[in-house]
Amino acid sequence: MRKNLDIISAYSIMLGLIILVGFLQSWSMALSILCLCLISAVMTMGANIQWGYAGLINFGIMGYTALGGLAAVLVSVPPVREAWQVGGFNMILCAFLIAFMVFSIRLIMKKYRQSKKRSYGIAAIIIVGLILLRLISAPAIESIESVSPATTGFLGGMGLPILFSWIVGAFFAGALAYIIGKIALGLRADYLAIATLLISEIVISIIKHEDWLARGVKNVIGLKRPVPYEVDLQSKEWFINLVEKFNQGALNLISNSLERQEALKQFVIESSTVFIKLCFAGLFTVVVIILLIITQKALYSPWGRMMRAIRDNEEAANAMGKNVVKQHLLIFVLGSAIVGIAGAMMVTYDGLFTPGSYRPMRYTFLIWVMVIVGGSGNNFGAILGGFAVWFLWVEAAPIALFLINFFTSGLEETNAFRVHLVNSIPYFRFLMMGIGLLLIMRYRPKGILPEKIKHI
Amino acid sequence: MDSLNAIVLLLNYLFVPALSYGSQLALGAIFVSLIYGILRFAYFTAGDLMSFGTMFTILFTWYFQSLGINLGILPTALLAIPFGVAITILYVLVKDKLVFSYYRTQKSPPVMLAMVSIGTMFITQAIVRIVIGPFDRRFFDGEKFILKANEFKEMTGLNEGLTIKSTQVITLLVTIVVVSILFWFLNRTKTGKSMRAYSDNEDLALLSGIDPKKVVMITWIIAAILATIGGALYGLDKSFKPFTYFNNMLPIFAAAIVGGIGNPFGAFLGGYVIAFSEILLTYAYKKFFVYLLPESLEPDGLLQLLSTDYKFAVSFSILVIVLLFRPSGIFKGKVL
Repeated sequence: MRKNLDIISAYSIMLGLIILVGFLQSWSMALSILCLCLISAVMTMGANIQWGYAGLINFGIMGYTALGGLAAVLVSVPPVREAWQVGGFNMILCAFLIAFMVFSIRLIMKKYRQSKKRSYGIAAIIIVGLILLRLISAPAIESIESVSPATTGFLGGMGLPILFSWIVGAFFAGALAYIIGKIALGLRADYLAIATLLISEIVISIIKHEDWLARGVKNVIGLKRPVPYEVDLQSKEWFINLVEKFNQGALNLISNSLERQEALKQFVIESSTVFIKLCFAGLFTVVVIILLIITQKALYSPWGRMMRAIRDNEEAANAMGKNVVKQHLLIFVLGSAIVGIAGAMMVTYDGLFTPGSYRPMRYTFLIWVMVIVGGSGNNFGAILGGFAVWFLWVEAAPIALFLINFFTSGLEETNAFRVHLVNSIPYFRFLMMGIGLLLIMRYRPKGILPEKIKHI
Repeated sequence: MDSLNAIVLLLNYLFVPALSYGSQLALGAIFVSLIYGILRFAYFTAGDLMSFGTMFTILFTWYFQSLGINLGILPTALLAIPFGVAITILYVLVKDKLVFSYYRTQKSPPVMLAMVSIGTMFITQAIVRIVIGPFDRRFFDGEKFILKANEFKEMTGLNEGLTIKSTQVITLLVTIVVVSILFWFLNRTKTGKSMRAYSDNEDLALLSGIDPKKVVMITWIIAAILATIGGALYGLDKSFKPFTYFNNMLPIFAAAIVGGIGNPFGAFLGGYVIAFSEILLTYAYKKFFVYLLPESLEPDGLLQLLSTDYKFAVSFSILVIVLLFRPSGIFKGKVL
């Protein structure tokens, strides 16, 4: 018990803060902070596996998150039959063509030694393939996008429950990570960072501009939910009874039955949003706990020890017969897959997919702040980092407002300087993140909850 | 006549814009490359440092405008750039003292420093947005065009016009001046040579009595100068928006790596490689071929290799290809 005291105290402080928000602002707000904290925690766990276990720096988190989100769309949206009719065949043909290109290039790579001829051959296959792809896909894309462009204009998805997408998202992100890993894992650490950052931008620009895939910047809205809708909930007998029971005290104070009815209705509406967010929080908690158990087990398994050995001394691990390249690739894929789950969870929670909102600041750098602040190499630390940083990110505005009012209290309400500061409150969160990151890196470079290595 | 028209068309829509955009990228890429070579980390604040310098240039421009000072046909911003540079130099030196110097004395790994530069990126971004706001700002004044399309048409009797904006010429001239001074400094002066020695082999340079503090300081000063000038030129040519500047960090990094990291001259060329390939691959060549080919062969489509939406993606793909086949960059920098 004692050795885990720091973990327990840090988490209780965090939960206390969220509960405080519930009392001071609103429970709905507190729960949405909690939900996004949980999603951020999943993302940080993914990044932490790569950075903390293996020392791989991955700035492509935004790309995997977006792919997870894309998976949510492709799994849950019902297929658009008309679009499939007009363009489906060509698109499938394109998929086969790409597969054929990849296989033939692999075959050539395997069969022939490196030579000028081989390079030219591969280049020829790629160029011819791209031209063919363009020729086949262009008319199909045009006709797909013209199928009632205001509502669909894309191929649609599979029409399955959205929960499946959490797994599919992991596969999507893992597949992307495999490709990126093959290309970029040989690079030195900070250049791996830049390469992954740029590749994730490529992924985003493809998702943004290929409208036939997921409507691009026109967004997909109204995704199915794994939990009930507020409107349905408000008319359910058992839910109304439940709310009545909870608010017995407040309702009993009202003697007038009509007013009482009215108050109950108000309570039901308020509680329904809270209830749904609770459902989401429950689902997310289950995911976080499952991942936590798996990653914790992995960390203390022989495999985890091998990863740490590779991280701390690559040459030595290599000399001991560990396949460094292969293990790096494996952990790169695993970590990215976890981020993919988080991306799907996030779209599920929001109920909409907005490719335009994927920006490196929010989805890559912020996640990295979480990992560094929380404690790399320690899963509890990573989760805590996700909670703490997201909490600060959301609550930065009220805190900044309070501080500005405090420090400029000598000035008049209409003072130009004060008004300017109050207007730029949203940007103080960047300042807080930066200062927080720098302070942690200076005075506690291993994070709030540093890595603990059990020596056997 | 038709072939002349075709050439003017390409000049107008491809060559001139790419040249000015490339110069702006090149200035950024040089300082990223220098910081990588001498301080040995990837400087993620690059884009935001440019916006910081530009912001102060804009503030001084406004101040001068309010005083009624201007440069006639030249933009007032040119007068304000030295002041912007001064403040940016002060800012980077303070930042180095407060933040980066600690990690240098600790001999932290480069990744740590890159992370720290992400922290300063957040702070710089916050400062810029708090002071000037996140909105689009135009601060260009003076004569807008050197050559207007109509004038050119009248002059030459061609169908296609050639427009040359004064900002494009200013960009090019300033870049040539700045870059030649920089390379003269790096190759001919004692301080410049000591910087290159420090970049090539730190231990040897220290042994031969080079003062590391001075080298680091000069590097930051050069970075601030290049960042402010590059940023201000970009802002004059297009417009100033903090978010765009942050995004520009990505092609700048691509240019630095493509040109060979740690090799300023390579980075300089890399800027043009990125700019030209971005514009070449996303330009619709239909009109060009309409001029060149006989009517019977006129193309139907736009003849655009990639839609303009993929402008950024082009430079990043080039980066990936370079990393795959020539990790030391086209112009041989350090092997990553």
